[in-house]
Amino acid sequence: MLIVISMVTFGIFFVVPQWAGSTPEALASRYVGRAATPETVHLVAERLGFNDPIVVQYGRFLKGIFVGAEYDYGAGVEQCPAPCLGYSFISGQPVWPDLLDRMPVTFSLAIGAALLWVVFGVSVGVLSALRRGSFFDRLSMGTALAGVSLPIFFTGMVSLVVFSYGLGWTPPGGAWTDLTENPAQWAYNLLLPWITLAFLFAATYARLTRAGMLETMGEDYIRTARAKGLREREVVVKHGLRAALTPILTLFGIDFGLLIGGAILTETTYTLPGLGQFAILAIRNQDLPQVMGVVLFAAGFVVVASFVVDLLYAVVDPRVRLS
Amino acid sequence: MSFLDVKDLRIHFPTDDGLVRAVDGLTFSLERGQTLGIVGESGSGKSVTSLGILGLHKGGRAKISGEIWLDGEELVGASAEAVRGLRGKKMAMIFQDPLSSMHPYYTVGHQIIEAYRIHHDVSKQVARKHAVDLLGRVGIPEPAKRVDSYPHEFSGGMRQRAMIAMALSCDPELLIADEPTTALDVTVQAQILDLMRDLQREFNSALIVITHDLGVVAELSDDILVMYGGKCIEYGKADDIFYQPEHPYTWGLLSSMPRLDRERTERLLPIKGSPPSLINVPPGCAFHPRCPYADRTDGRSSTEVPDLAPTERGHLVRCHMGRTERRTLWETEIKPVLETQ
Repeated sequence: MLIVISMVTFGIFFVVPQWAGSTPEALASRYVGRAATPETVHLVAERLGFNDPIVVQYGRFLKGIFVGAEYDYGAGVEQCPAPCLGYSFISGQPVWPDLLDRMPVTFSLAIGAALLWVVFGVSVGVLSALRRGSFFDRLSMGTALAGVSLPIFFTGMVSLVVFSYGLGWTPPGGAWTDLTENPAQWAYNLLLPWITLAFLFAATYARLTRAGMLETMGEDYIRTARAKGLREREVVVKHGLRAALTPILTLFGIDFGLLIGGAILTETTYTLPGLGQFAILAIRNQDLPQVMGVVLFAAGFVVVASFVVDLLYAVVDPRVRLS
Repeated sequence: MSFLDVKDLRIHFPTDDGLVRAVDGLTFSLERGQTLGIVGESGSGKSVTSLGILGLHKGGRAKISGEIWLDGEELVGASAEAVRGLRGKKMAMIFQDPLSSMHPYYTVGHQIIEAYRIHHDVSKQVARKHAVDLLGRVGIPEPAKRVDSYPHEFSGGMRQRAMIAMALSCDPELLIADEPTTALDVTVQAQILDLMRDLQREFNSALIVITHDLGVVAELSDDILVMYGGKCIEYGKADDIFYQPEHPYTWGLLSSMPRLDRERTERLLPIKGSPPSLINVPPGCAFHPRCPYADRTDGRSSTEVPDLAPTERGHLVRCHMGRTERRTLWETEIKPVLETQ
């Protein structure tokens, strides 16, 4: 799967431009100065291997990721240690360390929000299902509908205006402190992004949990559990929720994997220096190596996350286990 | 007073389409060591009755009235928590489809252990040993190994045995089996019925078997109660119901039962029509639209609900026809046909 992603990414960023009429020289021109002569450009294209067959180029691309690469600009050889995703057009810095720098921000945002939305989404969903048709059910499902429909840049802006600039309870956008530096400040700064992001997801999870619980609570094994004399709370949690959680787990794996690759809207709204913001900047600057790096990185997380979900599935549902 | 006494039990469900009278004035009693078979078509209210005794309608939309006395305790008015404490321990249930009735994500052992530990404050190891014992007792080979299997890894018959083991885990004094063999192969059905009879003797529990299959009750029951449209229409000793039945519906049930000990000279005689909707139970005798003798009651069958009255032999029948008329019909028209079938 990861191989496929590397091929697709490579294809998009190296092969498609050539189909679209881009010549090796045009590609190479991005790596040299503005005032370069055609001869220089040609030389660089040659050195960077843009004239080689696609397969060879792909091999080199993979080798760069796993072993590292050497770039020969003519003016000297530059070492790019593995995983080498190339150099930024703009800053000339290698892409990988930049990505690593941004990771803690996105990780912090995703993990905190995930915790919030799973806890709130699932418990609201369970309570709504148990009190179906009640005031609580209607209120929470109405809120959930709002949560699903309102985009982050709206809820984010509104929350910033109200809580940061209006009431002054939370720091304004752009505040970021490393966890290792000051954990309290870290959590305080991230509180608003966490809640905003979690609101969006909690809504989906609440609706999904509610639907799942309504279904499982009507199953025969729930009746059996009650017939055994089990307390209602245990019937709900151990027998009902246990079965309803499986589809939620799948969704969670995918959502979380996607978020790790960059919560673009949230990070942009709150100007958090994470991977999402990095991706936006890279795209805006047409900084191909950076864009490619972040895409490869994000896609990798989605794959890893769905793999982990598959493993967890076997743990959760014994019927999936291979005998 | 008997061990189990049900008096004028009514279980109604208000719905948007009207009131569903699933059980409408049911009275019966049962002693320890005895077996009662409740027979009827789908939708006659038999399963609703069993769930009602276990208190599984509580907290739901059901309106329950009447009395259920279990060993001197009244259950209808009791708190949900009090009835919960009795469930599993004093009264237990075996369900129809053991695959859907067992939780797919937990091992069979886990589910038995859970049932046992609800009512017994013992360690997991002790409960596990008990679970292995039980699985062995209900005839599951290699119980120490199978205790860690999941329900889907069992065959249908083995699952029903495991379900029985789970129901028996706390030595219940009242055991209700709701269509215990319907989902099973015919060969396995006989084994399960034998097992239930043996276990009942061993535990001296009261057993209610709910089924649409007269063969099952013939095998097990001391008493039989025939239900139709939420009401009891015939109730008495098993022998009376099988050999001296007096209700046309029971006649219909008997003649639609395949028998291997008779020659296949004629086709089965199914009861015409389908069971009544419990929202619009026909006025008068609920069976009258399907009853071949409805014209013999001077029109009373469609206006007046017949009483449950004793026959000459002492069992109860709900029918407008006179005793002698019913007996003559049985002796001259029904019995000969049944015997030649």
